Order: sequence, then C-alpha cells, then structure tokens
Amino acid sequence: MKKPSKSTERKSKTSIKKNKNREFVTITYMFLGMFILMMGYFAYFQVFKSEDFINSPYNTRQDKFGEHVVRGSILSADGKTLAETIVEEDGSETRYYPYGSMFAHAVGYDSNGKSGIESFANFNLLRSHAFFLEQVVNGLKDEKNPGDNVITTLNYSLQETAYNALGDNNGAVVALEPETGKILAWVSKPDFNPNTIAADWDSIISNTDSENSVLLNRVSQGLYPPGSTFKILTTLEYINENPNYSDYTYDCTGSISKDDTEIHCYDNAVHGTEDLKTSFAKSCNASFANIGLSLNKTSFAKLCDSLLFHADLPIAYPYQKSSFVLNEDSDTSATMQTAIGQGQTLVTPLHMALITSAIANDGVLMKPYVIDHTENYKGISVKEYKPSAYGTLLDETQAATMQEFMSYVVSDGTGSKLSGQSYEAAGKTGSAEYSNTKGESHAWFTGYASTEEKGTIVVTVIVEGGGAGSTTAVPIAKKIFDTYFNN
Amino acid sequence: MVHLITELSKYLMIILFALYTYQCFAVLKRKIEPEKQTRKFHQQMVYMFLIHLNAYAVLYFSTKNQDLILFYLMQVVFFIVVQICYLTIYRRASRLVVNNMCMLMMIGFIILTRLSVDFAVKQFKIAIISMAVTMLIPFLISRLKFFRNLAWMYAIAGITLLGVVAVLGAVSHGAKLSFTVAGITIQPSEFIKIIFVFFVAAMYHESTEFIQVVKTTAVAALHVIILVLSKDLGAALIFFIAYMVMLYVATRKIYYFLGGLLCGCLASIVGYYLFSHVRVRVIAWQDPLANFENEGNQISNSLFAIGTGGWFGMGLNQGMPNKIPEVKQDFIFSAVSEELGGVFALCLILVCVSCFLMFLNIAMQMKDSFYKFVALGLGTIYGFQVFLSVGGDIKFIPSTGVTLPLVSYGGSSLLSTLIIFAIIQGLYLLREREEHETEIKGTKKKKKKGGRVSHEETVKIHGTKVQNFD
Repeated sequence: MKKPSKSTERKSKTSIKKNKNREFVTITYMFLGMFILMMGYFAYFQVFKSEDFINSPYNTRQDKFGEHVVRGSILSADGKTLAETIVEEDGSETRYYPYGSMFAHAVGYDSNGKSGIESFANFNLLRSHAFFLEQVVNGLKDEKNPGDNVITTLNYSLQETAYNALGDNNGAVVALEPETGKILAWVSKPDFNPNTIAADWDSIISNTDSENSVLLNRVSQGLYPPGSTFKILTTLEYINENPNYSDYTYDCTGSISKDDTEIHCYDNAVHGTEDLKTSFAKSCNASFANIGLSLNKTSFAKLCDSLLFHADLPIAYPYQKSSFVLNEDSDTSATMQTAIGQGQTLVTPLHMALITSAIANDGVLMKPYVIDHTENYKGISVKEYKPSAYGTLLDETQAATMQEFMSYVVSDGTGSKLSGQSYEAAGKTGSAEYSNTKGESHAWFTGYASTEEKGTIVVTVIVEGGGAGSTTAVPIAKKIFDTYFNN
Repeated sequence: MVHLITELSKYLMIILFALYTYQCFAVLKRKIEPEKQTRKFHQQMVYMFLIHLNAYAVLYFSTKNQDLILFYLMQVVFFIVVQICYLTIYRRASRLVVNNMCMLMMIGFIILTRLSVDFAVKQFKIAIISMAVTMLIPFLISRLKFFRNLAWMYAIAGITLLGVVAVLGAVSHGAKLSFTVAGITIQPSEFIKIIFVFFVAAMYHESTEFIQVVKTTAVAALHVIILVLSKDLGAALIFFIAYMVMLYVATRKIYYFLGGLLCGCLASIVGYYLFSHVRVRVIAWQDPLANFENEGNQISNSLFAIGTGGWFGMGLNQGMPNKIPEVKQDFIFSAVSEELGGVFALCLILVCVSCFLMFLNIAMQMKDSFYKFVALGLGTIYGFQVFLSVGGDIKFIPSTGVTLPLVSYGGSSLLSTLIIFAIIQGLYLLREREEHETEIKGTKKKKKKGGRVSHEETVKIHGTKVQNFD
C-alpha cells in the first residue's frame, strides 16, 4: 500500500518541478544553440574561409614558417622547375629561377616583397608535409623540413613560345583552357630577372612611372583601350536588342560622320554593302559606329557590367578592373568611339581572355587558376585544386552566335592568317589607337582554337604600339596555337 | 630540438585538453556512481596539471627565461592551495566548477606568459588576492539571508556607480569604461553586473506582478541606457540580455522575452545610425580585409592568427599573437587558437559551456526563487560574455570588446568572475543544506541505502532529477 502512494507522490513532485523549470530549460537550450552555432562557424571558418586570410598579403605570419621549412619549389605542369631554393653548405638559402625572366610575371619573385605564385602560394610553399617521422628526425637534428612543392597549370612550351613570340615588344600574352580555367601561359613585358631582383631593386623602383614599370603585370594590371576586340560586346548588345540582326545591312564608304565626329575604317578601307557578320569579320568601324548610335546606352552598360566590367575578377593575381563609361548623357562622339572600342573604355588582356573563354565554353566562365596541386617533396599529393565555374555570362544562343562570328573573322576576315590550319580557330583582332598621333596603335588579338583530341585553348595577345592586330598580334597567337596543337 | 618539443607538445596538450573536456561532460551522465565521478574529477586535475607543466616547459625551452621556473612553481602552489581549500573547507562545492575555474585560469596564465611575462605576473598577483577574498563568499552566501532584502540598495548603488563612471571615467577606445584610484584601474561595470543580478532577483523574488515588472524594467533600462551613453556596448548588451532572460523566467511570459528582444533589435538599428563607433564595428565585421588599414585591422589580425594557426596551432612562442591589437584582453581567444590550435580553442569553448551548464543546473535545483534567479542571472551573464568575446574574435558577430572571463588579462574582469564563481559555489553549498533540511523534515523512517547520496552535480537540464527526499 505504501509503496505505490509514495511513488505517485514522487512523480507529482517531479512533474511540478519539471514544470517549474520549463523556462530554465528553454534558456539553457537557447544558449546551447548559440554556442553550437558559434562552434560550427569556427569550424566552417577553419575549413573554408581561413585560406583567404592565411594567403592575404597583409598576413606576415607566413614567414614564420620559413624558420623551420625550406621553401618548396614551383613546377610547370610538364615538370620543369620554375623556382627552387638552393641551400648552401653553410645553411644559407637562395631562391633560383632556372628560366630567368621567362616566368617572371607568372611565378613572381621572393625578395623585396613577393609577387605572383611566390606570393599567393607562399603558405603552401612554407608548409611541410614530409613524412611524420622524418620531420621528427629533422627536428632532433635541428634541420629544416623540406617544404611542399607547387605544381602549376603553366605549360612550359607555350610559355616559351609566347615569350619568344612577343620578342622585344612590350605587351602581354595569356593562354588558358576555357573548359577548366587552367592558365597555360602568362607573359608580360617588360619584365625583370627574378634571380637578380634584389640587386636590381633600387633601379627598378627608381622608375616612378608606374605604367612603364617592369613590375606591372600587364596581363591583369595593364589597362588598354580594347580597340576592335570590343566589337564583340557591341555585337552582343546589338543582337540582344535586335532579334532580327541578320537583316542588318550597311553601306560602308570608308568613314561615317555625325555631329562633327568622323570615324574612319582602318587604313581608310571601303567595305561596301555588308551585313552584321561581315562588318564584324572585316572589323568595319563605320558600320559599328553606326550600330553604336542605335543602341540603348543603359542596357549596353548593363551588358558590360554583366561581362565583368567594373567587377572583381576571379583571379589570384593582382588586377585592375576594366571600365566602361557610356551612359544616357554621353554625346554622339563618345557613343561612336565607344562602339568601336576607343573612347574611354579600358580593359585588361586577362579580362578579354575571360570574355573569350566564356564564348568558347558556350557561355560558362570557368574560374581561371594557376595552381594545379601541391605535393610533398616526395611527390605525394597534398592538395588538389579543381576547376570550378564562375557563372554563366552568356546564354548558349549568344555564345553560339559569337562563335559563328568569330570563326567568320578567321575564314573571311581580319584573322585569315589562322585559316587552313590543323585546328579550327576563331577570334577577333583589334588595333587600338592610344595616342592622338594617327597610326600609333596597340595590336590586339583575342580568340580560341580547338581540335577534337586536344580540346580548346583561348589566347589573348596585346602588343603595345604593334600597329594592326591582324599583322602583329595574330601571328603571335598562331605560334602559340601551332605549338599547342602541332606538338 | 626546441622546435620539435614545441611541435610534439602542441599535440600532447590538445589531447590532454580534449580528455579534460570530455570528462567535463562525462561526469554529467545521469546514472553515474559517486566514486566514479570523484575519480573523473581526479583525472581532470591530472590532465590540468600536465597541460600546465607541458606549456611552461615549452615556454621555458623556447625562451630560456629562468624566472619562468619560479613563476611556474608558484602557480602550481597556488592551484594546489585552491583545490585543497575547496576539498577541505567547502566539501559540498561543485568540483567540476572548481576544476573548470582552475583550468581556465591556467590557460589564461599560460597564454599571458607567452604574450608578456610582466602582464602574467601582474595577473597572477591579482589572482592570489582575488582568490583569497572570494574564498569567503561561498560561506557568506550560504549563511547570510539578508541579500534578498536589499533590492533598492542594489539599484541605487548600481546606477550611482555607473553614472559616476559615465561622467568622470577616462575615455578609452571610444568607451568610458574605467576610472583609476590610487594607481589601480577599475572597471565598475564588471562588478555592477553582479549587483544588478541581485537587484533583479530580489525584485522578482518579492513579486512578479505587473507593477513590479514595470518598476524593475525601468531601473534595468536606466542601467542599460547609462552604459550605452558611456559607449560600453558590450556591457550594455550583457545587462540587457541578462535582464530579458531573468524577466522571462520570473514572469514565465514568453512574449515579454520576444518583445524585449525585438525592442533590442530596433534599438541596435537605431544605435547603428546614431553612433559612429557602432558602425565602425559593423564595417569591420562585414569585410575586415577590405578595411585592413582602418576599421578591419584588429579583426583581420585576429583571423590571420586563427587561420594561420589552423586546427593544431603554431605551437607556443611560434606564432605572432602580439600583432593583434588588444590581444591580452578582448582577443585572448585568438591567441589561444593561433598557438595552441583550433581544436584546443574549441575545447576551451566547451569548458566554458560546461561552466554555464553548471550555473543553470544549480539554478534549476534550488528551491528558493531568489537564489534560482541569482544563479540564472549570473549564468546568463557568464555565458553571454563568453559568447560575445569568442564570437567577436572569430567574426561570428561584430566585435563588442568584452573579455573572456578568467582567461583574459584584467583585474576587474578576473575578480568579478571569481566572485560569480564563488557565489555559485555558495549556492551549491546551500542546495546541499536545502536537501538536508527536506531530508530531516521528511520521513525519517528509512535510512539511506548507499550511505551518503552523491551530492555531486547531476545536471538535468530537463529538471527531472529526483531529489533525495527519502
């Protein structure tokens, strides 16, 4: 008799107590939830976000690792050593670049600051994933551990070809795989010799004209008028606004004038009656200035913004943002100039390469990257970097139309030097006037080529003061295509 | 060689601390025998002292500073004395809370020694004095009954002190936080928060009728407003949350709580547009790297430290924690994470969570509503301060510039936290008495089966722990 009554008593007390503490329990769970979220964020930061901070150039902590690790090497995709640290008998270390200035802007330098891969892969190069026991032994002997090696996506023969093809000219060449975003070649001139940069430093920085500095990485930091390569964007805008663009015709007389502005075709060529595709292939300035006048400036600016003007570029190298300044208040002159890639529009060669890459890849831009993977000094992979999409810049129809137009440039236009090869090439040339002196222009080419077996590569070339794109820039691109597809 | 010792030690310390942390939660199991529980507490002490020894060994080898040996030995004596005091004088106190208190202080000493030996020694001196003073508190709490009758004195004292600081206080970091008497800088808000909890507890112990709620809320609001005006946003937030929690639990009305939080949100939006120093914190939080030269500098440096340290840390004396501005106080967590590792830092959070659970546990187990509210209020203050400090350091929330209790450098912070811990221990003693009284009042018919019932903590966050009535 006693027992059951007691147990109910206990039960009721318990339930009263439980009820009495309900709010306490709520608060406890609330706080536990907050703490769990916070710890989750901490883990998320460590796994996904920390790299942004570790690799920040502001983070001076990385060099601490150098006290216990011999900086790793940087290699090309085909196994050539691009940078290595040589340890002398007395323990002193020198960073050696076997190919001197050939990879100067791609690989960078590691004294008097850092640049290029040396800068943004600094953390990887200064970590050691050598076998654990080996690290213990090194620790006991007070010796440094060998750092991890960085294997880049750079293709030695393409880089060499690009480097030699650009010759003594100033300018930039970049080549990448549109389907993956892998950067294959990255040349910028003038350049420097990373082996002697410490000794040369004073004379390098005594040149205060930053635009002519050898340290300027022209691929991503050089801002140039795009010239006729910009007609890609003008064409896209015209197509967007005029679904019946194939009906377009224009009668070219070698120049067009409106409101005191006169625009000539290159070399005062007269193109006669032409449709949009032919205007594009022949790079007819008069026709494009005419098109420019018909375009909605606001939506033109919007198109440019969607194609990464004024935008952050998904690239580890330092870069400049491209600019496009047309708006509703722009006058006739500015409108006509802008439509043919003159005016105030400025782009970087990398940016042009990315637009071309999106066109070649059916509208999808892959994030360009230059580090393929890192491995320990024995060659065991530590971290792989996979291709990833940046986003869809163009829909498939737009991309297909531009592909067709750019092929036509090669078959029937200014890019004819690329026709009849073992590969199918497409592209756009440009001759961008950069001073008021007539005839002084930068030579541009941006395009791509492909074969069934080797896939597609995008090449963008600018030769400063090189004159016509078709005569100066196209042959450089051709050498790169030849090297890539014919070897 | 030194590098190797440092490297191996960092893993060893992580393992030891993970074991320690595991025991913090393992002792809370529902059905655990008292003997087993005691054994676990002893294990915790072993881990604790091993971590301490290991850390100071690394610090000594990497700096070759002879003074560190003496400093270390003095700390060992200090911690042994604290443990012995609790084991002999306050046998009924929560041993988990004692262990956690010592563990957190040890981590504080270790990391402060690494950052600056001078500061660590200063902190150690303060710790000795504070510990001596607060040793009395559990006794006082468990014996004296008049604390609940002083509601309005708490209010007057709190508001007067805060007002004085706001008017006279030195301007530091855009916030009027402290004043200096005879060379000692005191941050009154650290102590007023305790008085404030007593005030609210006393008020709601008396009654939870509407008129009482209005009165209490008015006084609480005054506290918070003064703190906001003196730009001490961290403290203002802590007071606010503590009050909302206590109001909700006392009145059992969820809409008070939600309504209050809503008002808090609106107030912070207003604050954002009104005060530039609030905006600065938010800008720094949104994109620290983009504002590296200015607002984002501190938080960027903190994230460099945490990120570069990674999961296993750089090892003691191998990182650059001194690059973080205010690292000894507000950003101590980042220094711990950088050198001792992310795993260690996560364990540190868990140990703080374990303290918080013990605070709420005693709140649930007490019968007297005054003490229930006191424990709840102090628990909330402690828990929320940990949240603000760590959350700010890791960029989970905008930084509010509050210290990490027991770990950060700072006399006021240390003393006030030790007072809080001592009060909680007082409540554990009291609960034992409450149970004892129930025991005597209740049936004396049966003798206990297993002798003395475990008086140790059995956290039941559902409050379902069956008291030992019979």
